[in-house]
Amino acid sequence: MSLTLLIEQILNGLQFGVMLFLMAAGLTLIFGVMGLINLAHGALFMVGAFACASVAAWTGSFWAGLAASLAAAAAAGAVIELLVIRRLYDRDHLDQVLATFALILIFSEGTRWLFGSFPLYLDIPPLLSGAVSLPGGAPYPVYRLAVIGVGIAVAVGLSLLISRTRLGMRIRAGESDREMIAALGVDITTLYTLVFALGAALAGLAGAMVGALQSVQVGMGEPVLILAFVVIVIGGIGSIRGALFGSILVGLTETLGRVLLPHGLGLFMEPSAAASIGAAIASMLIYILMALILAFRPQGLFAANG
Amino acid sequence: MGEAMARNLITRENLITLVLLAALLVGPLVAVALDETFYVTLATRIAILALAATGLNLALGLGGLVSFGHAAFFGIGGYAAGILATHAFNGEPLIFGLSGTKNMLIIWLVGAVSAAVVAAATGLIALRTSGVYFIMITLAFAQMIYYFAISWPAYGGEDGLSIFVRNGFPGVNTLQPLSFFLLCFAVLIVGLVFFAVLKNSRFGAALQAGRQNETRLAAVGIAPFRIRLAAFVISAMMTAIAGALFADLNRFVSPAMLSWHMSGELIVLIILGGTGRLAGPLAGACVYVLFEFLLGGMTEHWQLFLGLVLLGVVLFARGGVIGLLAGRAHHG
Repeated sequence: MSLTLLIEQILNGLQFGVMLFLMAAGLTLIFGVMGLINLAHGALFMVGAFACASVAAWTGSFWAGLAASLAAAAAAGAVIELLVIRRLYDRDHLDQVLATFALILIFSEGTRWLFGSFPLYLDIPPLLSGAVSLPGGAPYPVYRLAVIGVGIAVAVGLSLLISRTRLGMRIRAGESDREMIAALGVDITTLYTLVFALGAALAGLAGAMVGALQSVQVGMGEPVLILAFVVIVIGGIGSIRGALFGSILVGLTETLGRVLLPHGLGLFMEPSAAASIGAAIASMLIYILMALILAFRPQGLFAANG
Repeated sequence: MGEAMARNLITRENLITLVLLAALLVGPLVAVALDETFYVTLATRIAILALAATGLNLALGLGGLVSFGHAAFFGIGGYAAGILATHAFNGEPLIFGLSGTKNMLIIWLVGAVSAAVVAAATGLIALRTSGVYFIMITLAFAQMIYYFAISWPAYGGEDGLSIFVRNGFPGVNTLQPLSFFLLCFAVLIVGLVFFAVLKNSRFGAALQAGRQNETRLAAVGIAPFRIRLAAFVISAMMTAIAGALFADLNRFVSPAMLSWHMSGELIVLIILGGTGRLAGPLAGACVYVLFEFLLGGMTEHWQLFLGLVLLGVVLFARGGVIGLLAGRAHHG
């Protein structure tokens, strides 16, 4: 296990974590402000990826696709908020789970109807297609570094938005006492739609960026959605800071576990057994991590609103 | 007391339950008479899914524990059947020199006990939380088992495990579709009776009280945690037995049985039928399987319409089928 490989895997883990953060930030914001558990968030991720891939194929420009993914996911988010989600705010979580589960079925099957079952492919834009050399000489794709950069920029932007702007002030007020801010004359319904569309746009952005790294297909949002749930449970539901911390933790654990565990077990086991046992444990690692954290802190690491 | 109980027994809800069960029993008999054995399989599927969802209904409907991970227990039951049958087939001993078996009674016992162990371990952590946290933690534990099943190569991994010959039950020829259906139907009846007895017992009362008002339950001196843990474990065991039957029905078990879509489907069955109602899962399973069959025959995109119907039920028809037919639940 060389140092270069380790650096490479840490960067991969960061990139994965940052992508999870884009998903988890929206989820945790929507939960924190509206008290809604949104399973359809993975569907918005998929919408972003499909919008990016098809617009990029049509115009030949990744950047047009990226803009389209933001627009399409935000629009899809706003539409489902207006039609479905806003009827669920006062319902119990069971109804929310079920209705958003139904939305997944509708989105997945609708996308399959429109685009067919074959995956789409999205090329990395020429500007970012090169590689830089890591200390030690191994090449590392610029695109993945760019993803990390975008994630950090979004995290900074989001925290500025929430702590410094009027909209952010209203979001924070909505988190702590929604009746009071409605009584103070803030149009809470529009605020909810805005927050939901913002979360959706972040999911769409994540989908578009991941779409260039893997194939764009129906159901691609679901594994990410579940990991994003793990992230916000670990971080504390409703906390952006917790989402960031949890994302990086989960991203690194997941990526490094898959590399280090088979290596580590290989030291005192025969290689084939080490590989299969290592892979099996690595796939469970983040859930074990979550269970451990919750055993000591049932409300997550950065519990918001108590 | 006796008179009140008699009055309680003859309710519209219980009548609907009986009608549903009778329909489920008569359907396959007619199908066999008409030589349409496919419908027997369909009815068997209904019975098994109803049993699995009845198990979940114990935790979710009575206890208010929205477990989004019951596919784990369903799959554990399925894998118990698959793994024991595989060892019986190839003659290789299981751990501790024990051999595999094709006897369903032993398979159910192993499946139920394994599920109970997993439910107790995960429940100890999950039940410390509530609300959304509980939903997500149960989901995450189920995903953990799902990924384990996928990446563990010994029993088929991602490809799943075939059961070459359906497992046997003493005195029943399970290879015959109708006999296997009747066996599943009988187990479903036992499950429903168990649910009804439990619901009306002291334990059931405490469980439901914990859902309605935890503080009051604590005030009368009952700790909700142990009641919930027991309910969660019992619920997992019932779902595991259904899982073993499901694996035997398909003669195949794969990680798909453990997937979160399966957990979602089980919740869907309950909500479609009516949460916390005795016949809710049964009604839900009837509607769901028939819907899947009829619509799946018309369009390959039937899940889109299933989604729309579900959305309609959640938004506009609270209480599900049983709520629609028998009115709101009475809290006697």
